[in-house]
Amino acid sequence: MTDLSRIRNFSIIAHIDHGKSTLADRLIQLTGGLTEREMKAQVLDNMEIEQERGITIKSQTVRLNWQAADGETYELNLMDTPGHVDFAYEVSRSLAACEGALLVVDAAQGVEAQTLANVYQSIEHDHEIVPVINKIDLPAADPDKVKLEIEEVIGLDAEHAVEASAKTGIGIEEILQAIVDRIPPPTGDREKPLKAMLVDSWYDPYLGVVILVRVQDGVLKRGQQIKFMQAGTQHLVDRVGCFTPKRVELDELGPGEIGFITAQIKEVSQTAVGDTITTVKNPTEKPLPGFKEVQPVVFCGLFPVDAADFEKLRESLYKLRLNDASFSFEMETSAALGFGFRCGFLGLLHLEIIQERLTREYDLDLITTAPSVVYRMDLAHTKNEDAKTIELHNPADMPDVNRIISIEEPWIKATIYTPDEYLGGILKLCQDRRGIQKELTYVGGRAQVVYELPLNEVVFDFYDRLKSISKGYASFDYEQIGYREGDLVKMSILVNEEPVDALSMIVHRGTAEERGRGMCERLKELIPRHLFKIPIQAAIGGKIIARETISAMRKDVTAKCYGGDATRKRKLLEKQKKGKAKMREYGNVSIPQEAFIAALKMGDDN
Amino acid sequence: MSGDPLALYVHWPFCVQKCPYCDFNSHVREEVDQAEWREALLADLAHEARLLPGRRLHSIFFGGGTPSLMDPATVAALIDAATGHWPAESDIEITLEANPNSAEARRFDELARAEVNRISLGLQSFDDEALHFLGRAHSASEGLAALDAAQRAVPRVSFDLIYALPGDTRQAWEKSLGRALSLGTEHLSLYQLTIEPGTRFETMVRKGDFTPLGEEESAELFELTQAMTEEAGLPAYEISNHARLGAESRHNRTYWHYHDYAGIGPGAHGRRLGQRTMRHRKPENFLSAVQRNGHGIVEEAPLSPLEAAHEALVMGLRLDEGIEPDALARRIGVEKIVDEEAVARIERLGLLTRDERLRLTRPGKLLLDRVLAEIAA
Repeated sequence: MTDLSRIRNFSIIAHIDHGKSTLADRLIQLTGGLTEREMKAQVLDNMEIEQERGITIKSQTVRLNWQAADGETYELNLMDTPGHVDFAYEVSRSLAACEGALLVVDAAQGVEAQTLANVYQSIEHDHEIVPVINKIDLPAADPDKVKLEIEEVIGLDAEHAVEASAKTGIGIEEILQAIVDRIPPPTGDREKPLKAMLVDSWYDPYLGVVILVRVQDGVLKRGQQIKFMQAGTQHLVDRVGCFTPKRVELDELGPGEIGFITAQIKEVSQTAVGDTITTVKNPTEKPLPGFKEVQPVVFCGLFPVDAADFEKLRESLYKLRLNDASFSFEMETSAALGFGFRCGFLGLLHLEIIQERLTREYDLDLITTAPSVVYRMDLAHTKNEDAKTIELHNPADMPDVNRIISIEEPWIKATIYTPDEYLGGILKLCQDRRGIQKELTYVGGRAQVVYELPLNEVVFDFYDRLKSISKGYASFDYEQIGYREGDLVKMSILVNEEPVDALSMIVHRGTAEERGRGMCERLKELIPRHLFKIPIQAAIGGKIIARETISAMRKDVTAKCYGGDATRKRKLLEKQKKGKAKMREYGNVSIPQEAFIAALKMGDDN
Repeated sequence: MSGDPLALYVHWPFCVQKCPYCDFNSHVREEVDQAEWREALLADLAHEARLLPGRRLHSIFFGGGTPSLMDPATVAALIDAATGHWPAESDIEITLEANPNSAEARRFDELARAEVNRISLGLQSFDDEALHFLGRAHSASEGLAALDAAQRAVPRVSFDLIYALPGDTRQAWEKSLGRALSLGTEHLSLYQLTIEPGTRFETMVRKGDFTPLGEEESAELFELTQAMTEEAGLPAYEISNHARLGAESRHNRTYWHYHDYAGIGPGAHGRRLGQRTMRHRKPENFLSAVQRNGHGIVEEAPLSPLEAAHEALVMGLRLDEGIEPDALARRIGVEKIVDEEAVARIERLGLLTRDERLRLTRPGKLLLDRVLAEIAA
């Protein structure tokens, strides 16, 4: 255990591409956490998808031991936090475990909007922020200008900003010294009852569930009987340790320290991020503040393309959930799609990540139905049933319209930071999505805009569109602000006169026509031509609100086919048949599986 | 089956130059040792003969490559050997593909003496500009002279045209086809230009050097072709083949009826007794395989009943007469050859008719490949 005065806990704030991962690697290397040979580029983003998308999904932490100028060895805990709005709560818990942050700014590009949002979040947690001007080796580097920008735009004193190049190794020692000198040590009391925060958890096939903790008070030891205060469960600690980034076992974790424990827990769902850990014998009186139960907000159906894969899908979902308690699933049956699962996610990115992992790691071909939020409906009484309020997760379960007294939908408060040149496009986007502007403030050349938006206007592709309008510069953060009544209707999509339940969605009456038209246009592009012409229609109740037609195929015939071609033609036929088996048929129309999600993404013209 | 008449295909793999649209197994070599090739092909033939005893020979087809570049003596030796291995039917059809160059045309009489009785001439176009685009070495007038020579040399002559070239118009094709129908042959092969993978045309299209004719325009030209040939008494008996009644290519019908055929020479495919055979494609590899093994086979494998059913369907539906699904299924030994539910569905679209026979309608013919994917069992 290390004395509080020699512990520093920090995170790194950086815009994508400004060198966060490279800097982290360099810090690990310099402090000897890994040998040259063990360094794999960007150690912290270790999941394949994380590396490809350049985002962090799970919190990672690395303990660096470093001898400072005063001759003392310090324990520096670097916390790498998830980088996406879908995981906003996880981010806030990770930040709560630190006392400071490095703000990494590209010496050539300067402060970016995304950085700004993260800095403010860090400041909200009372963090000490150490500015680092990275990439000073670049020819276009202008550290003085960037310092001025940090002072003017963010309002931080940049006089002592560290100039560095993570790529060449310049300034790395100075960064470590600045962490020691400027970030305050954590506070805590070793003599008090144990009080620790559950920062994150994941499933490891050898260890079971590994829990990342930050100890506030008291000591966390192997052999202790501990209690999760929110969950109300008890567990026996069988391992205590930290990552350097290699796993190192320790005897105990003291106040201010960040590390991991295992406690013979089999499922991540038993460990809620933000929960307070204490001992059974001598529990603390008050849990840590800020606990929130993470609840899925976006729902969609996942169905195997091949019905025979249903069990495999069930098993795969179960395995994924071992490591990610924030999504839920329950069985669902659909007339057209057969057996599948209704799954809940934190957001659309989370949905896409899970879908991608199922496809890639578990080799499943899936059909994903239109994402939906949870609606509340007041239903009138019928002959057989009393009036009641229901929660609707699936547009396919929409009750008889005549029985619906009112529908309520979830709303969010969205905060967007953007360079002001993109403001016009962003305001239009929010306006188009039924947003209500609450605030608009300018800071330097940037704007902060706060909107209230219906969540169902956001789940499809709002984030993608925002990124595209702002060329990636705008940041987006949101919180749910409750339910409001809305004029909502169920829009069905008919392909060759037959409703495709996977594409039906609940939309606002005012935007229904535009959404319907967009869907029909995109489906026209996504569905290949058939032997007959295919009408594609969007309908509300019995009323058609939009229509497109895919014309029939005219010619598909091999001109020459003789004895030598029999093999080739047979193989082609077998391939075609296989491809056809991967599509779903509605009204004799084969719809490629990628069309289901692609149809929902609204194009630039919308 | 073992009692059925047999078709023999002989592949001559050499060409003077490679045409940019052609994906057949053809090679350009400075020199070809005719004697060595004669021996190799005879040995390859003898191998097939040993495996197919007691059959009658129905047809021989010399394809390529450019088989008109073969020494007529080699052609004669192969015909003699083949009819020695298998007794020939009295009306045996012996076809040789020829390029309409003046040099090759001079050999037609000699080939006729070797008992070649049908010449299939690669005329391709009556337009010099189109011939140039297609990379052909002959001019339109040379082509017509060769056609005349062929018609005088052998009793049956057919020629090929390639149409639906980039920029082709209805008027131009109407004129060309009208001319083709006036030349007195009883058989015509009319192919729409297809951009095949691995050809120079494919590269050119990818690079944007030209754009193939559109689907709608090609479909219209196909329909025009059907109407004009029918009117002239040479209706389509297969997707791209037209003949006066009785003048169809017997050899090619063997493929489309999915009967046995022996295939010898580089890259030749064969179907015999439920087996599929394939020869080495590269001429040098073929020669050394024959020297080593006494035959040029690179792959020989049994076809499963389902595979055979798919092949029979793919080949058979190309014919105007269509197939008899039940009889064909019995012959191959599968329960069914088509998915009748899909057949009924496609029939409702007017693309095929199903009584005892299953036949494509005229609009159906243009969509054959897609229809196959829908109805194959």
